[in-house]
Amino acid sequence: MNTQEARALIVMELGNIAPEADYETLDPKADLREALDIDSLDFLNFVTALHKKTGVNVPESDYRKLLTLDGAVIYLVEKTK
Amino acid sequence: MYRFRMPSLGADMEAGTLVEWLKKPGDPVKRGDIVAVVETDKGAIEVEIFVDGAMGRHLVALGATVPVGTPLAEIEGPVEEEPAFGAAPISPPKGAVLPLAVPAAKRPVEEGIRASPAARKRAAELGIVLATIKGTGPGGTVVLNDVELAAGEKAPRRGLDIAKMRQAIAAAMARSKREIPHYYLASDINMSPALAWLEQTNAERVPEKRLLAAVLTLKAVALAARRFPAFNGFFDSAKGYLPAKSIHVGTAVAIRGGGLVSPAIHDCDQLNLDQLMDKLRDLAARAREGRLRSSEMSDATITVSSLGERGVQTLYGIIYPPQVAIVGFGNVIARPVAIGDKVEVCPLMTATLAADHRVSDGHLGARFLREIETRLQEPDKL
Repeated sequence: MNTQEARALIVMELGNIAPEADYETLDPKADLREALDIDSLDFLNFVTALHKKTGVNVPESDYRKLLTLDGAVIYLVEKTK
Repeated sequence: MYRFRMPSLGADMEAGTLVEWLKKPGDPVKRGDIVAVVETDKGAIEVEIFVDGAMGRHLVALGATVPVGTPLAEIEGPVEEEPAFGAAPISPPKGAVLPLAVPAAKRPVEEGIRASPAARKRAAELGIVLATIKGTGPGGTVVLNDVELAAGEKAPRRGLDIAKMRQAIAAAMARSKREIPHYYLASDINMSPALAWLEQTNAERVPEKRLLAAVLTLKAVALAARRFPAFNGFFDSAKGYLPAKSIHVGTAVAIRGGGLVSPAIHDCDQLNLDQLMDKLRDLAARAREGRLRSSEMSDATITVSSLGERGVQTLYGIIYPPQVAIVGFGNVIARPVAIGDKVEVCPLMTATLAADHRVSDGHLGARFLREIETRLQEPDKL
């Protein structure tokens, strides 16, 4: 999965959780929990969706690497290599 | 013959709009079946039936707004003795249930169209077909702004609902503060064992099977409520305190775009942690889509509220009448703790209890909180 594909997938899945957010202007370095007002259940649903779509099983110990849009994209690209 | 009626889903509800029948005349119905969807100012609620029989004539047309208690349909079979609604072991007194629900969503009637709950609701209000709107959200999702642009106006955002929600909360909370002599207790709970157990348990699980700390706290409260029934029930001004037979824990779920619902997890003490997690996911998803059921809206016997994820350390709850207790959980924060004569850093969570002094005293409240704490020290036994 390249960077563009990873970003598109992540934005789509975040969009299912927080559809009202404007992903064009979302700061890619912002903490997603604050920027999108998502809680631990939302985040678990996000990680669950990534697992279903890509097979990447994000352990809890890696959650912190996915807390920004940029971080999540880098992580997904790396894990799908 | 039994008449299925427009249910009351809160003290302030005077009328509801019938938006969908899920059973047609002739269909068998049994206790617990969802037979209709009713739109209220608290959102779309799936209404269950509490008798067995067969759906008879529909008495009200789709789209009609009728007062609470109006017969909506005839049910063939049972005799008309049942209460008009409600599965609660004890019917909360009229004017008693806090109508906390204001889901922003309408039931998605236009399947297959990706749209935010706020957009669906607004489109329905304006009578615009979602399929005719070009979505600008992620993946072409129709967002609120798209609907408003399509309507050629920048309408106020759900002003009416928010105003009504505030009125409803104001009425219930004012009543609570006026009538219920609250006492408040707080206790710091060491979350080390619970978090360690959770980490270990989740490490072996794929994401869809993982548990959240919330299921541990919910279960601990339910078990403590079983041991201390003075915190699980309803206060009736005429009859006094009526402990509930079942433990239905109301759990606050925030609705995106504003609003809060507090649907009940039925028989919370009977569910294992995996079942509880499934329930929590299901409730949160349905709450956010505006698809809660009538019984979930009206029969919580105790409430749990957590604001820890927003950085709050201590939550001072206000009891939802006619309940008699609300348990609050704050943020888990690493804090120094003296253990023996050493100082250790432990993840602590402040648990609070607001309880009705007409029913229990601080001494019993302290034991109830202690029971929650004790339960959380042995997460594998929850």
